[in-house]
Amino acid sequence: MRIAAPIEIAAPPEAVWGWISDPAKALHFFSGVTRWEVVSDDPIGLGARYRMLLRVGSAEVGGLIEVIEFNANRDMAWTSVTGLDQRGRWRLRPRPGGRTRVELRLSYGVAGAGIFGWISERVGAPTVRGHLQRTVRQLKRQVEQEETRRRAAERRRARASA
Amino acid sequence: MSEAGIAERASANGHAREESKRPGFAGRVLGGLAKQLQTRIPVADLDERDPDYIRDTLPRLWLLSSLYFRGEVRGLGNIPEDGGVLLVGNHSGGNLTPDTTVFTLAFGAYFGVERAFYQLAHNLVLSMPGLGMLRRHGTVAASPDNARKALESGAALLVYPGGDHEVHRPTWQGNRVDFDGRKGFIRLALEHDVPIVPVVSIGGQETALFLSQGKGLARALGLDRALRLKVLPISIALPWGLNVGDFLGHIPLPAKITVEALPPIHLHDEFGDDPDLDEIYDHVMRLMQETLDGLASERRFPVIG
Repeated sequence: MRIAAPIEIAAPPEAVWGWISDPAKALHFFSGVTRWEVVSDDPIGLGARYRMLLRVGSAEVGGLIEVIEFNANRDMAWTSVTGLDQRGRWRLRPRPGGRTRVELRLSYGVAGAGIFGWISERVGAPTVRGHLQRTVRQLKRQVEQEETRRRAAERRRARASA
Repeated sequence: MSEAGIAERASANGHAREESKRPGFAGRVLGGLAKQLQTRIPVADLDERDPDYIRDTLPRLWLLSSLYFRGEVRGLGNIPEDGGVLLVGNHSGGNLTPDTTVFTLAFGAYFGVERAFYQLAHNLVLSMPGLGMLRRHGTVAASPDNARKALESGAALLVYPGGDHEVHRPTWQGNRVDFDGRKGFIRLALEHDVPIVPVVSIGGQETALFLSQGKGLARALGLDRALRLKVLPISIALPWGLNVGDFLGHIPLPAKITVEALPPIHLHDEFGDDPDLDEIYDHVMRLMQETLDGLASERRFPVIG
């Protein structure tokens, strides 16, 4: 099952990247995620490993994931090492006016689970889709608020030096 | 299978039969049934737990737990991340216990199927037709030997001290933790120096109308000697209506199941080098009963939750 949640954020890709690539900030905007812990020596970058859990229905599902693509300000993708089979991706693309189109993608399943796996993927899809959509909305609020504060600080400095 | 073979197998399961007085007719019939049951129980082997099988079955457990029982499991973060741990639960729901289903799924999803996790169950449950898959889930016959092996291997072990006594208590006693004074779990935790994590659940006793544990009936029929059954429960359950014994299980009502794992109790740290069993027992019971009272106060309607 593959689910995507797109959104456009009024901030440059660098500002968005600062949020999505920092594991310490994941719990601030990732809806439904109850755990996002660094378990590798390098907390950020290619090969970084996290233990993540997402509440879906009666269980917190997830497991150990590893970052397999890390192109700064553009793409970060991960795949599962243990637990639920999953592949996730943050895809950032610049838009005119200093804006960024952001897409969060997640594909998941349990290989070998047969018909029950197929059914459970679809039954769980609305919950997962809801989490992803809330995640990108919360990310947008966080990043745009930070951008507003940054610009306000710049204006204050300009006024002070004038 | 020969008498010797049966005895050897029972012994390997940790359930060597006790010497009893010469039984009457009913006792001999039940004794014969007991022998047949013993032959159905393979020698418990921790190696039978199959992580790949568990992983494959997680989706169907998730469907059952999420849609049918609207399961909710709290406090899994309280369980130590690794090493041996004794999970001590209150038990509800008759021979088919939905609280175990909900908790097993949540544990497997949270910690991953790679973490060794065993559950002790009554012989009768393991010998029930169609429940052989429990062994691949890590369910082994309840015996000191199996408990020792599991904890020595550094696994998480789920035990229900109340066992058949508690699981068949009347529905109107559903909000009561009742271990019947059994303290073996404390000795086990002390012996292996592992923390106890109380696991409190509610809702299981609403999956049928449990009327009586039938202890007197079990004694009168000699079930306690022949099958190690101290109860012969009487309930009203689907699809049987009046259900005596619950030997064939029943279709549970879709009661909402809520489970809460409490912070670990490190016995030597909290009770010193010479801990008193009664003191620990009272402490654990108080914690679990308080939690169960809290969970009960959240419920508005039976079954619906």
